[in-house]
Amino acid sequence: MATTRKLSLVAAGIAIAGVLIGFYIAGYLVGNTPAYRPQAAAANQKTVNLVIQTVAAVGPQLAPNHPDWVSYLVRNKQGEWQRSTVFTVPANSLVHVTIYNFDGASGLRNPFLGQPQGLVGPELVDGKPVKAFAPDQPSHTFAIPGLGVLVPVAPVGDDEKNQCGYAPCAMSMAHHVTEFTFRTGEKGHYRWQCFVPCAAGFEYGFGGPMQTVGYMDGYVNVV
Amino acid sequence: MTGEVALARPRSGWSRLIGFNLLTAVVLGIGGYYLGWFLGHHITGASVDYFGDTDQNDISVFLGYILGVIGFLVGLGFANYPFARLRGYPPSLREKESEGVGRYFGLCTDHKVVGMQYLCGIGLFFFIGGLNAMLIRFELLRPNMQAFPAGQYLTLVGIHGSMMMGMMTSGILGPFANYLVPLMIGARRMAFPRIEALTFWLLMAAGAILTTTIFFGGFPTGWTGYQPLMDQANAGMDSYIVFFALVGISMSLLGLNMLATIITMRAPGLTWSRLPIFCWGVVSTAILMLLAAPVLVAVLSMGMLDRTAQTTYFVVQGGGSPYLYENLFWVFGHPEVYILALPGFAIVLEIIPVFARKPLWGYRLAVAGLLGVSLLSWLVWQHHIFMSGIDSNLRPFYMLSTELISIPTGFTFICGLMTLWRGKIRYSVPLLFCLAWFFNFLIGGLSGVFLSDVPSDTTTHGSFFSMAHFHYTIMGGLVFTFFAAIYYWVPKMTGFQLNERLGKIHFWTMFLMFNSTFAPLFAIGFLDQPRRAVSYAPSLQFLNDWASVSAFALGISMLIFLYNFVWSLAFARVPAGANPWGSRSLEFQLPSPVPVHNFDRIPVIAGDIYDYGTPAPAPTAVPAPAGGAS
Amino acid sequence: MAETLTQSAADAEDVDHGRRFLFWWLGISIVATPLVAIFLGPAIPPGHGTVEAAGQVVDNTVLVAISTPVCAFVLVMLAYTLTKFRSRAGVLEDGEPIRGNNRIQVLWVAITTVTVLFLAGFGSYELVSDGAGGGQGPSAAFTPVGYQKALDVQVIGQQWQFTYRYPSAGGVETPDLVLPENTLVRFHVTSLDAIHSFWAYELGVKADANPGVDNIAYVTTKGPLTFHVRCAELCGLWHGYMDDVGHVVSQSDFSAFLAKEKAVYAPIMKYLPPYAKTYLPDPQQRAG
Repeated sequence: MATTRKLSLVAAGIAIAGVLIGFYIAGYLVGNTPAYRPQAAAANQKTVNLVIQTVAAVGPQLAPNHPDWVSYLVRNKQGEWQRSTVFTVPANSLVHVTIYNFDGASGLRNPFLGQPQGLVGPELVDGKPVKAFAPDQPSHTFAIPGLGVLVPVAPVGDDEKNQCGYAPCAMSMAHHVTEFTFRTGEKGHYRWQCFVPCAAGFEYGFGGPMQTVGYMDGYVNVV
Repeated sequence: MTGEVALARPRSGWSRLIGFNLLTAVVLGIGGYYLGWFLGHHITGASVDYFGDTDQNDISVFLGYILGVIGFLVGLGFANYPFARLRGYPPSLREKESEGVGRYFGLCTDHKVVGMQYLCGIGLFFFIGGLNAMLIRFELLRPNMQAFPAGQYLTLVGIHGSMMMGMMTSGILGPFANYLVPLMIGARRMAFPRIEALTFWLLMAAGAILTTTIFFGGFPTGWTGYQPLMDQANAGMDSYIVFFALVGISMSLLGLNMLATIITMRAPGLTWSRLPIFCWGVVSTAILMLLAAPVLVAVLSMGMLDRTAQTTYFVVQGGGSPYLYENLFWVFGHPEVYILALPGFAIVLEIIPVFARKPLWGYRLAVAGLLGVSLLSWLVWQHHIFMSGIDSNLRPFYMLSTELISIPTGFTFICGLMTLWRGKIRYSVPLLFCLAWFFNFLIGGLSGVFLSDVPSDTTTHGSFFSMAHFHYTIMGGLVFTFFAAIYYWVPKMTGFQLNERLGKIHFWTMFLMFNSTFAPLFAIGFLDQPRRAVSYAPSLQFLNDWASVSAFALGISMLIFLYNFVWSLAFARVPAGANPWGSRSLEFQLPSPVPVHNFDRIPVIAGDIYDYGTPAPAPTAVPAPAGGAS
Repeated sequence: MAETLTQSAADAEDVDHGRRFLFWWLGISIVATPLVAIFLGPAIPPGHGTVEAAGQVVDNTVLVAISTPVCAFVLVMLAYTLTKFRSRAGVLEDGEPIRGNNRIQVLWVAITTVTVLFLAGFGSYELVSDGAGGGQGPSAAFTPVGYQKALDVQVIGQQWQFTYRYPSAGGVETPDLVLPENTLVRFHVTSLDAIHSFWAYELGVKADANPGVDNIAYVTTKGPLTFHVRCAELCGLWHGYMDDVGHVVSQSDFSAFLAKEKAVYAPIMKYLPPYAKTYLPDPQQRAG
């Protein structure tokens, strides 16, 4: 067998291996959601606004692989709802968060997490301040344990009309608005997550979307 | 090659693709998967409440995998012989032993072919596992890299661990024991040639299944698969369960085959006290494989039932307990780590006499050491759960039993060192890897004493310290001796030399970079970094970067090996001769490559294979094999 | 056997090499062991922040000191052998057929056995005396002196945060762990879901948090201390981020801390379940 033929076989092997390795690594990178950087309200102001919504099912349009999964969505600069949970916010500034929640109540595993913590000012639900939620009430939480921030999100009642099944949800559908502000402090990388066991069908309600970045988990990168 | 054997005329062209071969196996495997997937959806549908609004159906994934594996094995031709017997055909001991390259890509009952299949197949998955390690170290270059999504990082860790712990359990016994045990004991085949082929193809199916976990969202549990995280996880967990169960079945069959072969098929005169020490290592490992692996299959079956039939073996609220899983897993899991380590001991003791030109020092002590580790490894499993709170009053016992293991391990050390003492040492590549074993396993063993000591374990448990410890024992103990075995025996198996110079470059880069990678991890663990954590304290970045860069260099050393392997065997092709190392062991008295039926006449063993330094002409009375020994 | 025949011949020469090896090994061990015990041992974490942590440092010092001569034995022997007993280049010559030496074997077995038994005995003594900061389940036989009066602190692991309850302060729950100085503390570690492991590094405490289990670990605090808490058992997605900082403070600061937490978390107190050793919420909980 000629050496050139062997060499071309080896070269072909290396090429195939390279392609396979590329696909293999790409397999791990799939699902890495793009970072979203919310805008400051005004150029010289140290407050940024973050507008997000929670939906009971993300729907086939936003997540063809997991249309049934519960998810957070963020409103981008064009005013569209996109599925990103990696937020980049400036250090030593205030972040004003507005959450439109279209999902029902799930209840907490640890009732202690029903009280908002670590905020600047009160948590407002539909404009009214709330001190604590009963354990069966919260629909989700927006929590950044590294910053001490914890916000239970008010649910849509079972008896409310025009419920949203899956995203995209129209603003005319039943929802509640939760608003709060927190301070970012020093630079750092934090994770945020939901503490409400809202992943249906998974033991302790904590599998699937609760353990996947891009659904009920994400990063808050303070830069 | 013995060209004299009458063979069926090979078919040519595309018609060779029809029949029981790897292609059919893959087609039937994929077909079986989809059949199982379809059936699974019909069994549960989307109507069962439990699956109500998740989009995963574990039953269909399990059925898919199981039917896929069955289809794969049928396609390879594993069902042919049983059906032939049912239809009244006469029994045969061996089949599918044609000449040519094709036999390496299908069911073949020649133990030498299976050995080579194992070497390449396991090598492939070893490199996939190694690639995962590179990606892990890449993510850890910065305290908070976010290169991979956090869940995918856990999948990386889990696949790396499972691949190495699962596929490499057969890392020595698969390629080398399958190839060499019949040659060493003077037999023409293994006791169960079809089971031997089955263990290999089951392992390949398992490896492929584990790799597919990334299509199902990966799994978050690491290689231990602790409950209740396993019950909770994505459908990717099913891949892990099927993978490890198949590995367990393959392991216990492999152990059974080895034991049966060594017990029943030794040549006349090969008494237990003349058995090569490598075979003793195989015996002690095979006992563990045969008895431990069924526990793994059982506990994974319980996990599978929890995930599909909603049993509650491991759900506290349903009367189960995660402790049950931890105990059963480590009843398997601790013998498992000695399944990895013991063949390494045996290879060290087998190779050193050849290169020190001395008999093995303290043969009986060495055998006692191997069997002692094998026995004691059953009594130590709870040291993995010292901090778990389960019956803590037993901890002094497990502390004692764990530390007792260092006594038989010490036998291997003293026998190896005393064999070198006053020898005439030749520094060939296989010996270098064995010498590295002494250094690595010394560090690994001494760090193990910290972990076995409960007060010290309070800090080191579950930290990078324990991670560094078991990489020193398994990578430093198994993988180094794996390469020693490759450099020592592959010239015999293929008939061609591996390049000595490239081998030495490979050895030194691997040895230095291995230590440079894992030594800092002891410090990292003592400085408060838990295992499997995707982020860490910024103060530990320097040590982590050091380990990462060294790990990349370690990866490059593996590429040097790969280059050497391909270059020497495919291009340079320098004939190795029948006995390149001047060994007196039986396998080196056969011509290279070994003829299909090994021995034309079964040899009679008349002396000791470690008889270096005495004027005795030959250790064994080997009748001349066909083709003539060189 | 050839053993006896070669034994005497080998013995004559052995004196030389054997003695030289012993000289080097003992010399290096005698120099290195005290250095290791004095300088390296005490520097091994987790430090002297609590009685249990200091006990672990003593333990680590003993282990590392005993490891030194063992390590020296193998390395010196390897170095000596590999330099002295090389074959001449290009010559395939055999070494002496020494097949064993009963004296060395018996000595080796005896020495390793004694070392191992000492280590196991010493470790057990350290463990039995104060529990060594490890999780020891609800009913351990090894409890420190005065355990009846220990301060109870509950550690609740959940995916993915630790919270703490003080039954002595009306069961107030808080995300911050603060302990009083010079106090024997009894951690009750439990979990609401997966297995976690409560690792308070500078305290020298590690205890697995299992669902439905009250895993107890004792620690005796000394002076004020800031310590890091991490999860040491893989518990899912945010295992690597499940960390925390705790403090050991003076008795008065501790009282002030409890009072403050009671005030801050008053709104949620009425919703908390009464203090219990374990909590078992429904594993399939999910409404909408």
